Amino acid sequence: MSFPLLTATAALPAIGAIATAAVPAARRTAAKWLALLVSLATLVLAVVVLVRFDPDGDRYQLTESHSWIKDFGVRYELGVDGIAVALIALTALLIPFVILAGWHDADPLETRSSRWRPTQGFFALILGVEAMVIISFEATDVFLFYIFFEAMLIPMYFLIGGFGDRAHAGSDEHAAAQRSYAAVKFLLYNLAGGLIMLAAVIGLYVVAGNFSLQEIAEARANGSLDMATNTERWLFLGFFFAFAVKAPLWPLHTWLPNAMGESTAPVAVLITAVVDKVGTFAMLRFCLQLFPEASKWATPAILVLALISIVYGALLAVGQRDIKRLVAYASISHFGFIIMGIFAMTSQGQSGATLYMVNHGISTAALMLVAGFLITRRGSRLIADYGGVQKVAPVLAGTFLIGSLATLSLPGLAPFVSEFLVLVGTFARYPVIGIIATFGIVLAALYTLVLYQRTMTGPVKPEVSAMPDLKVRELVVVAPLIALLIFLGVYPKPLTDIVNPAVKQTMSDVHKKDPKPDVEAAK
Amino acid sequence: MSATAVHSLWTTAADPIQKIDAPNIEYGQLSPTLIVIGAAVVGILVEAFVPRRSRYYVQVFVSVVALAAAFAAVVGLAASGYGTTKAGIAAMGAVAVDGPALFLQGTILLAGVLGVFTFAERRLDPVAHGNRVDSFAAQAASVPGSDSEKAAVKAGFTTTEVFPLLLFAIGGMLVFPAANDLLTLFIALEVFSLPLYLLCAVARRKRIMSQEAAVKYFLLGAFASAFTLFGIALLYGYAGSVSYATVAQVVDGTVQTVNPALAGTMGNDALLLIGGAMVVMGLLFKVGAVPFHMWTPDVYQGAPTPVTGFMAAATKVAAFGALLRLLYVVLPGLRWDWRPVMMGVAVVTMLGGAIVAITQTDIKRLLAYSSIAHAGFILAGVIATTPDGVSSVLFYLAAYSFVTIGAFAVVTLVRDAGGEATHLSKWAGLGRRSPLVAAVFAVFLLAFAGIPLTSGFAGKFAVFKAAAEGGASALVVVGVISSAIAAFFYIRVIVLMFFSEPRPEGPTVAVPSPLTMTAIAVGVAVTLVLGVAPQYFLDLAGQAGVFVR
Repeated sequence: MSFPLLTATAALPAIGAIATAAVPAARRTAAKWLALLVSLATLVLAVVVLVRFDPDGDRYQLTESHSWIKDFGVRYELGVDGIAVALIALTALLIPFVILAGWHDADPLETRSSRWRPTQGFFALILGVEAMVIISFEATDVFLFYIFFEAMLIPMYFLIGGFGDRAHAGSDEHAAAQRSYAAVKFLLYNLAGGLIMLAAVIGLYVVAGNFSLQEIAEARANGSLDMATNTERWLFLGFFFAFAVKAPLWPLHTWLPNAMGESTAPVAVLITAVVDKVGTFAMLRFCLQLFPEASKWATPAILVLALISIVYGALLAVGQRDIKRLVAYASISHFGFIIMGIFAMTSQGQSGATLYMVNHGISTAALMLVAGFLITRRGSRLIADYGGVQKVAPVLAGTFLIGSLATLSLPGLAPFVSEFLVLVGTFARYPVIGIIATFGIVLAALYTLVLYQRTMTGPVKPEVSAMPDLKVRELVVVAPLIALLIFLGVYPKPLTDIVNPAVKQTMSDVHKKDPKPDVEAAK
Repeated sequence: MSATAVHSLWTTAADPIQKIDAPNIEYGQLSPTLIVIGAAVVGILVEAFVPRRSRYYVQVFVSVVALAAAFAAVVGLAASGYGTTKAGIAAMGAVAVDGPALFLQGTILLAGVLGVFTFAERRLDPVAHGNRVDSFAAQAASVPGSDSEKAAVKAGFTTTEVFPLLLFAIGGMLVFPAANDLLTLFIALEVFSLPLYLLCAVARRKRIMSQEAAVKYFLLGAFASAFTLFGIALLYGYAGSVSYATVAQVVDGTVQTVNPALAGTMGNDALLLIGGAMVVMGLLFKVGAVPFHMWTPDVYQGAPTPVTGFMAAATKVAAFGALLRLLYVVLPGLRWDWRPVMMGVAVVTMLGGAIVAITQTDIKRLLAYSSIAHAGFILAGVIATTPDGVSSVLFYLAAYSFVTIGAFAVVTLVRDAGGEATHLSKWAGLGRRSPLVAAVFAVFLLAFAGIPLTSGFAGKFAVFKAAAEGGASALVVVGVISSAIAAFFYIRVIVLMFFSEPRPEGPTVAVPSPLTMTAIAVGVAVTLVLGVAPQYFLDLAGQAGVFVR
């Protein structure tokens, strides 16, 4: 038996989480280093997965399959396609930066009793989330996926509710109330989505008799598994609802600004750049493969919702006074693009959407983490409390600018490639929607540049005048992310090579061909 | 007139005296029940003859040994095939020995062992007058607040009678899911109910509330028993027999011979429907299904917490076992009549329990309403009327009972000057002060909420799957909706424990003896094992899923 690489990639952070939690209370720094090392080791494993993966090989590679719960028809089945590989790499890449950026976020306040061990808990929970996200990217058994899709809510919930942003405008009590409100809202939205999905998962079992993605998709493709049209549609809606909450798609998005606003910047990155990707990923992997006909049936409605997300998210981002909520609404707008790309049902759209997931992860991480450093320095999340930072802390301002430009998809930075592909892919099939979506870019320019202008330029506010520039730890976080943004913006080929074959497969699952002019035909 | 002729005036002629056949009792197959009931009798003798000082130790010893022996007997019976191939009817048709019966008896016995552990806990309350005290009144007969009560406390009396009472209750519960005729069903019902009524009344603290709970439970329980009994009478009128098999045959129409004494009523469907409904009503009362749930919150709140935990777990197991047998063995011919009604009950139970729980401010009442919602989930599996339905219910019951006992055991630990601090506001910030206890309780709450990787999820999935396969998809939808509602209040408690600042005058967490610790540890272990690797236990429940007729 070969080495279970995929299991190891998910199990390593899980074991690391337990080990981190077990570090004695007094050895706080040791727990941090342990968590960082584990996340780096996981990154190494993810790179091995990336290298071992052969883009032109089988659809699912590095597969593992073991019997698990026979009575439920559940198997422990793992396997990765190009899309999963890219997202696992993204997750494993971002976690070390999240840990490093949150290095001091969970240092205990002096008012708390000594038995309360927030530091160990904080880093253990981050690693726990990483493990669950990675295994849900790997799972090719619907039930296995569902279990971790749901279970990851619990550590996320404690991260949001237990480790709030200390830069809160109101009193401590007010902050705590806001924070637990955000955590509960996050959990209830996602749990409700997950439970609806549970009904659909059970329904799928009743119809198909097992949970294996490959078996069901194959049976669907060769016609041996026939679903009544209505059954398929209901099941699709059950799955899609859960993913749309997670992604989040308008009008199920309202938990995201609360959750991102109240949590620390690294946790906000974890939410939007890592956890939410499971939602969009699952749309590609489960909705389209299991329910191709229903997916096509629902496409117009979903595209309209995605369009609303793009424009509405961008408009609300323009109106935000709070930096983190602004990034949250910007993310909602970007998730609209991703979902639009997936359901445009063209290969440009879908590979654009996959690239978008990766690029959005990197660019949001860059912007949000720098914003986090900024907020920690000043102790306020309000845009109005800043001004003239670039004169005081030029490096901070510069990295913030690059993060902002990536968010507005400036050509030359990675998000441009993906946004362009999504728009082209959508336009090829739905020109009107593609045109309207383009306004999302214009609004993105507005909210990011206005954010930069108000915080970084202008006269130096007295409260900002003594602001220190980025420290070494912070530079270590930001510099690689920016380098990646530039690299993937100029040379996205390594990523597209991995992703494209998987996208082609998905397209054939839904029996869709690209509209003319076809890229393949043009070659 | 000859002597013989005279004699014949007042005797019937010539039949020799009929020999009464000695009933043929399969002692081996009935041994679990016999051991427990026997130990209960021994316990009573212990109360009478053993000096007061050593009673506690003797009672705990007798109870644990008896339950362990009974469990060993159950395992022995199951291992020698009585759950599957050798399943049969014992004790002249009164008791069934089959898979479901043995599975449920095993579950009840394990819950009983943990129950004894929590009953025997004596380190939570501060030492009174040099004596360690448990959760039970010093002298149940003395009026609360009276001089005699004070004297009893001062003398260090303890109500060690709770152990034989517990054993009697367990004995009744062992028979209840195995009862194979209606009279045995009724007697088992009374045998386990009466000790429970008593146990509810003997709390050491908040005695008035405890007694009130007992009176409520007793009155409503007696009412429900009367319903059951009346239903049994009607069913007898319908079938001419109280045996499950005969009633089932009359329902199916396979028995045509009419008992001349009952010629007027036999086969009358009105009697069957009304009688069947009344018997089922009595059972639904015991499982706490809406609209027969009114007693649950008051009794759960008032009873001593160890009793609540045991009762919540074991009563539910026993009563659902009896309900399953009744519906699957006696009334399958009536499926199309009872299914819609039971579906309605399941829907209102799930929704009612989940919705009302939201407004609760007392942790014990909250768990009471949560138990109502869970009764609804289990009913969804009952309604499936497939072998999968039976095994899913068995699995759910086993999973649920360990979570419940564990959760109530944690409740006993959180205390302030007035005893257990059950008001939710007092739990604020518990996670900051006692992270381990709060984390353990959070595990139980997540299991109640049915979060994956806990036994609650596996159980919920099993019953919903069975219901969906049995054609009750609507129940699954209602089930997931009420799960979402229920998640809200479980999570609210977690929020309170972890995200709220501790109160300065908040409760302390008592350090329990190894007894309670064992109960909690077993609860956590079972919760996680059944969540991560449920296959073995699903197999066990699957093999046990066939009723003998």
